[in-house]
Amino acid sequence: MSEICCFKGHDLKFYWTINWVVILLGIFLLALTLLLFIFPKNKENQRCVVKIQVGDLSNKKEKIPTVLVFTEEDKYGLYSNLLFKYFLAEGVVCGHELFVASAKEHPDNILKELPAPLLDDTYRNELGEEATAVKSEDFQDSMKIAWRYQNLPKMEASPTSTKFGHYYDVSKTMPPELFQSINWHSFYLPEELSLQPKMKTCNMNSAYTRLLQSIQRIIYQEGFDGSDPQKKQKNILRIGIQSLGSMLWGDDICSSDTPEDIHSLTKFLYVLRALLRKSLSACIITVPAHLIQNKAIMERVTNLSDMVVGLESFIGSERETNPLYKDYHGLVHVHQIPRLNSLICDVSDTKDLAFRLKRKLFTIERLHLPPDLSDTVSRTSKQDLAESAKLLSSGCGAMAIGKKHLDF
Amino acid sequence: TLSLASIILLLVFQGKFTLLRDTRTDGSFLVHHFLSFYLRAGCKVCFVALLQSFSHYNIVAQKLGVSLTAAKERGQLIFLEGLKSCLDLLFGEKEQSGQPSPLQFLSEGASDLKALFDFVRMSLTPAGSDSWKGPVLLVDDLSVLLSLGAAPVAVLDFIHYCRVVVCSQLKGNIVVLVHSNEDSEDEENELVVNSLCHHSDLILWVEGLATGFCKDVHGQIKIIRRVSLELTAEKDLVQVYQYKIQDKNVTFFARGLSAAVL
Repeated sequence: MSEICCFKGHDLKFYWTINWVVILLGIFLLALTLLLFIFPKNKENQRCVVKIQVGDLSNKKEKIPTVLVFTEEDKYGLYSNLLFKYFLAEGVVCGHELFVASAKEHPDNILKELPAPLLDDTYRNELGEEATAVKSEDFQDSMKIAWRYQNLPKMEASPTSTKFGHYYDVSKTMPPELFQSINWHSFYLPEELSLQPKMKTCNMNSAYTRLLQSIQRIIYQEGFDGSDPQKKQKNILRIGIQSLGSMLWGDDICSSDTPEDIHSLTKFLYVLRALLRKSLSACIITVPAHLIQNKAIMERVTNLSDMVVGLESFIGSERETNPLYKDYHGLVHVHQIPRLNSLICDVSDTKDLAFRLKRKLFTIERLHLPPDLSDTVSRTSKQDLAESAKLLSSGCGAMAIGKKHLDF
Repeated sequence: TLSLASIILLLVFQGKFTLLRDTRTDGSFLVHHFLSFYLRAGCKVCFVALLQSFSHYNIVAQKLGVSLTAAKERGQLIFLEGLKSCLDLLFGEKEQSGQPSPLQFLSEGASDLKALFDFVRMSLTPAGSDSWKGPVLLVDDLSVLLSLGAAPVAVLDFIHYCRVVVCSQLKGNIVVLVHSNEDSEDEENELVVNSLCHHSDLILWVEGLATGFCKDVHGQIKIIRRVSLELTAEKDLVQVYQYKIQDKNVTFFARGLSAAVL
């Protein structure tokens, strides 16, 4: 009997203390939520759509960065082709001149397949549909454990309306009437082989020599290098070169471990860089980097470029079925960003980018992993994560690359 | 901002070879610093800029308080714009009378960099009317020469010849930037970098942080004074600092004492 009495006594005390604890906790929570309102909220934009845009020139006297963008192709060239077409499409919409060079596909065909630009309203409608779908799912959920994040904005449905670049609908091709107002030039290697190069060869692959000569001729004739003071309306030349370094260009760096001439590609890039710096132009080059056996060449090419972006698609790799990456089609590795005319470069906080190709849109987003709902303490694919973390933490060449995967 | 220190440094530091080395990051901010430093100190500078255009350096130098255009006009700065002379060499129609292009090795496939050395020698050999303090050779960056087809031995020979003329004969300084990576597969580049490291009097080694990207600390710099070369049985002095690059200057601080942490 006494035991029961003692138990009851303890019970009462217990309840009283619990009461106080609850009240104190309530006040504490209230104070914290108030604090959240006082301090500025984190307005990070979860999704960043990357656009490559060279600005409108008409009135500006600023220096235009003549950027050499170098894209490492994904294994099957699907997504790098898409980026390539985006670059050219942006040129069409902005009214720039285009120069398209390819050894495998005729430039006319490439230009026929450019994505159609989206007007602002259409785009918002597209995104609006998706956003409402997402919202209706978790409307009722209020956070119990992560309550502090309750007041943070959800993943932004539509990006903040900045007038930087345009959006494109990948499922439609660009209407031909948009092409009529712009000038464009093409270089299709099989058609150019008959002409003799006039410039000094400097021991370079003849295909590259011809391409350089063609680019130089266009720059000179159309006055992009400022040699013609008569030209009042300045414009930008957008150069796109597809699959440089592949065997179709007559280079054997992709097919052999010990290529005959390892300097052709780097010499070409150096001269191209010189041409770009001298003129108002920007250039995107896609290279099948995964085929180049000699990694020294890739290092040298990276040093010679302003911006280097690598695309890694999940097709055919084990990551395709990895639940961590189920929302994405591949990763974007930014190896180097341009540091022009300034001591600092514009580094974003996000190093981990992934891309996905939806029915109409190609977007590049910040990579975020879904919550780990497994029973074990660490994720099942920890080894895989460690590998990908090494890749993910490699920022641009201008910034540090983490050597070790730090385990917290 | 460092006038007294710079004058003292200049008096003490003559005939020296400084190697700027970067790993996993971009060390070109050091090149900008040395360029404006030597110009402000009144030295005659020969700048072999292989990778960027003149306007790039000019814009940054203006932020650091030096005008490259003015320096060029008064004959203090001899600027070799590698990109421009490459175009003149390959697309130029008329043959330049007398002097061959400094980048002659590109077109002929010649294996030596003699034309480049001749250019440097002629730029820095003092003319009668010159009143500049010691000559300085600045190279940005040496690894590009390998990409353009020069053999590693040719590059080392070029540096050696330059040292003989600039450091020994003219009592000037040389500052050279090279890139290197620890797990690099570019053996030629590693050969050149290692060889230069052995022969340098001062090495400024800029590295990215081992722990990865950080917004407030952009990297660390290792200053290695090669005291061991003076044959006094002393070890090299190594100092390590961290740095942050801003728009108009670079701040250095002891490890772990970044302003963001304090």
